[in-house]
Amino acid sequence: MLRILLKDLRRRSRDSMLLVFGVVLPLGMAFVFGVTLSGSGSQQLGRYGVAGPSAAEFTQRTGLPDLKPVADAAQARRLAETNELDAVFVVSPAGIEVVGSVDAPLAVQMAREVAESYALPGGRNVQVVQDATLGTRQLDTRTYHAAGAAMFFAFFAVMLSVTGLFEERRNGTLARLLSMPVPRASILTAKLLVGVIVGLAGMALLVAATTLLLGVRWGPPAGVAALIVAGVLAATGLMTALASFARTPEQAANWQSTAAAVLGLLGGSFFPVAPELSVFTPHHWFLEGLAELRGGASILPALAVLLAVAALSFPVAAVRVRRMVAP
Amino acid sequence: MAVLAVEGLRKSYRDLVAVDGLGFAVREGETYGLLGPNGAGKSTAISMIVGILAPDAGSVSAPPKARVGYVPQEVAVYPDLTARENLRFFSGMYGMRRAEAKSRTTEVLRLVGLSDRADEAVAKYSGGMQRRLNIAVGLLNRPSLLVLDEPTAGVDPQSRNAILDSVQRMTGEGLAVLYTTHYMEEAQRLCDRVGIIDHGRLLAEGTPAELGEPDLEAAFLRLTGRELRD
Repeated sequence: MLRILLKDLRRRSRDSMLLVFGVVLPLGMAFVFGVTLSGSGSQQLGRYGVAGPSAAEFTQRTGLPDLKPVADAAQARRLAETNELDAVFVVSPAGIEVVGSVDAPLAVQMAREVAESYALPGGRNVQVVQDATLGTRQLDTRTYHAAGAAMFFAFFAVMLSVTGLFEERRNGTLARLLSMPVPRASILTAKLLVGVIVGLAGMALLVAATTLLLGVRWGPPAGVAALIVAGVLAATGLMTALASFARTPEQAANWQSTAAAVLGLLGGSFFPVAPELSVFTPHHWFLEGLAELRGGASILPALAVLLAVAALSFPVAAVRVRRMVAP
Repeated sequence: MAVLAVEGLRKSYRDLVAVDGLGFAVREGETYGLLGPNGAGKSTAISMIVGILAPDAGSVSAPPKARVGYVPQEVAVYPDLTARENLRFFSGMYGMRRAEAKSRTTEVLRLVGLSDRADEAVAKYSGGMQRRLNIAVGLLNRPSLLVLDEPTAGVDPQSRNAILDSVQRMTGEGLAVLYTTHYMEEAQRLCDRVGIIDHGRLLAEGTPAELGEPDLEAAFLRLTGRELRD
């Protein structure tokens, strides 16, 4: 099994598509969203208000049009709760609190990016509050986009590996391996492990690169590592289970690409959208876990969901894929 | 003494009977040609003989997998690896240790004339070179039975001649060879005995001289018909 695994890893290391999907694209996306977008304070995608002693200065410097003046933080919370405004900037010399509506995640995300952009020169603190239960357990913009992009592309990275079995069947090497004294289970296990290892390597590389190049703060390493392992296991299990129902490598690749894109978008890999649907995606739980980690809360619920997805999908994948090597 | 003995072999896919009671034997040092038109059941029979497929009925008495060399119809190697990397990998699949795999790789590369290009990616090889590498993989484990499924399909005359020469040389050393081909002149040149199959059944068996009237191709067409096959 180890020899098959090493051979596959050697082949994948020469696969330029894997490098593009696993590292270059997510790094590029994290850069674009995390740096470029967070500086574009002139964009307005929601109904915003401003309060606090430094409200006038904030309005002038950000240049946001149609900022509704709000009396104080208490009124800001009331307006956000009743959904009359998507978010209110409560600005003081000490920092900025973004009080957001839970029903407008995208607008709140944009407000947070504007606030961070404004706060950056003075080094002021930025806090986002959407409801009482969330508190300060939020990721900053750069970390959010880096983690979202990493998880989004992890689904593509593991996909390139699990389609290897289809490829081997098509070019005849699977038949050749089956004619040799190799246990069939070794071939399957190696293929699944390749997906996991490629996914983990890609994520580890991205964590290192975004930390060094973009200043992303992922959080305590042990917790981040646990979430990455659980996230990659969930991604590999889901992608392999899906691919196992396909008849051809092309069909498998089409299904996997569509699923990876839809799950990633719904899961809020780039922006928080459709919160009621995102809970059904591994991406949401990965990002949620990182946010909990940042806030010092337990990541066990997020880990449990990710591992449950893996535990449910791997047996399906194993049973289905075993048919491909059945005598 | 028979190295391979096949008896009453049967395999069907839903309503289609691919192999229907096939039986033959290949002796030590003998080259046995399994001839038949497209869809006759040759590849299905070979898949059962080398252990890829399980038969519905019948039996195959063959050496263990570690002593069987299989050269499939398509070039079954990894195009993005070099010839040496391919051979080292497949050596490992036969359970060879590192030193043995290294020396055996060098030997078979020399045998198929690829030593000079051993460290190039297979994707850069010509069709003939890829076919020779395909055969080299089948020889790695010093097999006592070599199963060649149309090994010369689509190669140039020079490569074909080199392949046939090497098969002839190996049978001289006691290797039993099961060989399928569409080329009757190949069967005539290589095979000690041939079996002609169609619709999964053995229609005739004997030496090329016994079957050939006036040549093997005429016998083949007489037995399997002249209508076109898919």
